[in-house]
Amino acid sequence: MKKRSSTVAQFKAAALGCGFAISLASIQAVAASRDYISIVGSSTVYPFATVVAERFGKTTPHPTPKVEATGSGGGMKLFCSGVGTGHPDITNASRRMKSSEFKKCQNGGVKDIVEVLIGFDGIVLANSLKAPQMSLSRKDIFLALAKHVPAPKSMQDEFTSAKTLVANPYKTWKEINPALPDMKIEVLGPPPTSGTRDAFAELALEGGCKKISWIKAIKKRDKRGYKEICHTIREDGHYIEAGENDNLIVQKLNANPNALGVFGFSFLDQNADKVQGSLIEGQVPTFDTIADKSYPISRPLYFYVKKAHMGVVPGIEGYLAEFISEKAWGGEGYLAEKGMIPLSADVRKANGDDIKALKSMSGEGL
Amino acid sequence: MSSSSKDTTQQIRKSLAKRYRAEKRFRLYGVLAILFGLLCVATLFVDIIGKGHGAFRQTYIELTVNYDADILGVSDINDKQQLALGNYAGLVKKSLRSKFTDVSGRREKRELYTLVSNSAEYELADRIKTSPSLLGQSEKLWVLADDDIDTYFKSLNRSDGPFIGRTSEKQQQWIQSLIDEGGIKLRFNSNFFKTGDSREPEQAGIGGAIVGSLFTLFITLVISFPIGVAAAVYLEEFAPKNRWTDFIEVNINNLAAVPSIIFGLLGLAIFINFFHVPRSVPIIGGLVLAVMTLPTIIISSRAAIKSVPPSIREAGIGIGASPVQVVLHHVLPLALPGMLTGTIIGMAQALGETAPLLMIGMVAFIVDVPGGFTDPATVLPVQIFLWADSPERAFVEKTSAAIMVLLAFLITMNTLAVVLRKRLERRW
Repeated sequence: MKKRSSTVAQFKAAALGCGFAISLASIQAVAASRDYISIVGSSTVYPFATVVAERFGKTTPHPTPKVEATGSGGGMKLFCSGVGTGHPDITNASRRMKSSEFKKCQNGGVKDIVEVLIGFDGIVLANSLKAPQMSLSRKDIFLALAKHVPAPKSMQDEFTSAKTLVANPYKTWKEINPALPDMKIEVLGPPPTSGTRDAFAELALEGGCKKISWIKAIKKRDKRGYKEICHTIREDGHYIEAGENDNLIVQKLNANPNALGVFGFSFLDQNADKVQGSLIEGQVPTFDTIADKSYPISRPLYFYVKKAHMGVVPGIEGYLAEFISEKAWGGEGYLAEKGMIPLSADVRKANGDDIKALKSMSGEGL
Repeated sequence: MSSSSKDTTQQIRKSLAKRYRAEKRFRLYGVLAILFGLLCVATLFVDIIGKGHGAFRQTYIELTVNYDADILGVSDINDKQQLALGNYAGLVKKSLRSKFTDVSGRREKRELYTLVSNSAEYELADRIKTSPSLLGQSEKLWVLADDDIDTYFKSLNRSDGPFIGRTSEKQQQWIQSLIDEGGIKLRFNSNFFKTGDSREPEQAGIGGAIVGSLFTLFITLVISFPIGVAAAVYLEEFAPKNRWTDFIEVNINNLAAVPSIIFGLLGLAIFINFFHVPRSVPIIGGLVLAVMTLPTIIISSRAAIKSVPPSIREAGIGIGASPVQVVLHHVLPLALPGMLTGTIIGMAQALGETAPLLMIGMVAFIVDVPGGFTDPATVLPVQIFLWADSPERAFVEKTSAAIMVLLAFLITMNTLAVVLRKRLERRW
């Protein structure tokens, strides 16, 4: 009896001790050093950063970097929180770093940052192949999706009538523009937490908003009010938040030919048998039109590197070199294959030289 | 008197048919409810298996590779540096060109080169490294096809026409000629179970996620089981019954119902920000999931201890055993099957959890299969989530296949729990 009780007790003590010993020992071990690169940031850059990370891991003796999709804003927060292996080395962003974020980085001790512009991503408005292809202008998009629009009468003669905003009255595309089909306005798109939504609001909605001269005039005296008008999307059921998953939007478009969907170009590229991109300002979203910027809704993709971690975490220079090698970000590189729109050769060359010299951001012009 | 009893009998007889009907109806409702549940499960399984079964086989293309030293740029086979930097992609391209001679122009060449996966070059590098004598020789090799080709090839026999996707007409012709000469075939995809995540669907596997799940669950088990059992034993056998223990009990029951994302936030605030546990590693995942499963284990362990009849304890004390001896020698062994069942169910719950891991960085792209508790890792449900979000079409079948694997694990664990209970349980 006695023997048994002692074995039971020993077993329990061992199990308990083992658990805590393992965790404590390894926590200390890892906190001290990290041999893999830690990358956070935008879910739009994620598909491209991961390809580079994977190739880097396969062709060098370094372990494959870890890539987390935290969103552009979330990535900046983690990136700027400090220097040391507990913090990420690189953050991806589907927009440029804001000056407030740059300040936060400086305050967090992250002084030297290398900025890398890698390419572009197009945002498309697509519908099912079963429906006719749409041809929209940015102004049409603004009028269809903004929460408040100029009162319809004043639209016809904007110099004489009252310049007032009303809650968006449009129900069909035809009401906005007689050339458009008599179809209910129904747009599936990402929720406010998404970077795609921010970029869509900024490039498509504001792009159309600017075309209305008296609203543009507001910008000078009331920047916030202007942004409020141009970036707020209607909430009366004509714009449907369909979640962050772009695949889901594609599936829903396939089931509902009357709806349009908002998502990244790479998803259009992969699902060309199901959906077609609408023409924006007369331009079909294709690889070439986005690259030469004739297609208007495209956004830059960036990543930011913490210089203080170079030499501390092995392989950061190698990862950078892999990313800016011609076989990766080049015109026919593997990133283009994955749907990223590459920079022009001149820009690649100029930026590449700056990056190789590890030029730090000055924080001006953000 | 007799007439009234007759009346009653008659009344009962009359209502009897109605009562039988009510009885039948009630049973029918029950059967219908079960049928509805089964139908839902069957639909789910048919959908997932229908979409995912393809992922267990992968398309391979046969190539004749000539390990040409000039193309490789290797002059000295013993020079490791040279071997590592060799132009293996060039070898693949050349063997493709020699297979299809009707290629002209830059565009067509590009299309030709995307027939095979880029893993082919890494495979060639491995071949040369393991057997250097191959340099200058030729051999026939089956290499992975690109994901677009794979999806197209698998869908060729589909009733509503093949999925063309991004494949060009030229590529389709090449595939047809490969089919005619038997140079393309489906093989069992053992890589799917061995490798980690990849951005190339044809190379992506769930091996890394399975290993990550095992490491994470091990930590969870090692922490939550002893603590849970100790808490349950104390509360059930030793603790005085007063307001404090009532308060603790309410809290434990409450914790069992807290949404799991809260535990993720707790893990972020306490383990990562305060104790500086690194992100994205099985330790942090295991810690958070342990905290999450503790209430489940405590509650089921207490129920198991409660079901041990008091006569056992009284008999033990009667022959002079101390309370600790009674618990360790008699109550615990008898309650163990119940505790294990509860623990396994708690573990199954932890295995299927994604939400708490979101906050602690385990939703990440990780290629290398983790080799320990401090290597970055991801887990099965997270892998499913990541693949479901990927643009490449070929990930659709991978997602469903990963769901099948996760379901297999869950079914195994739950069956184990049922079997254990049936085998070891004692009825009093």
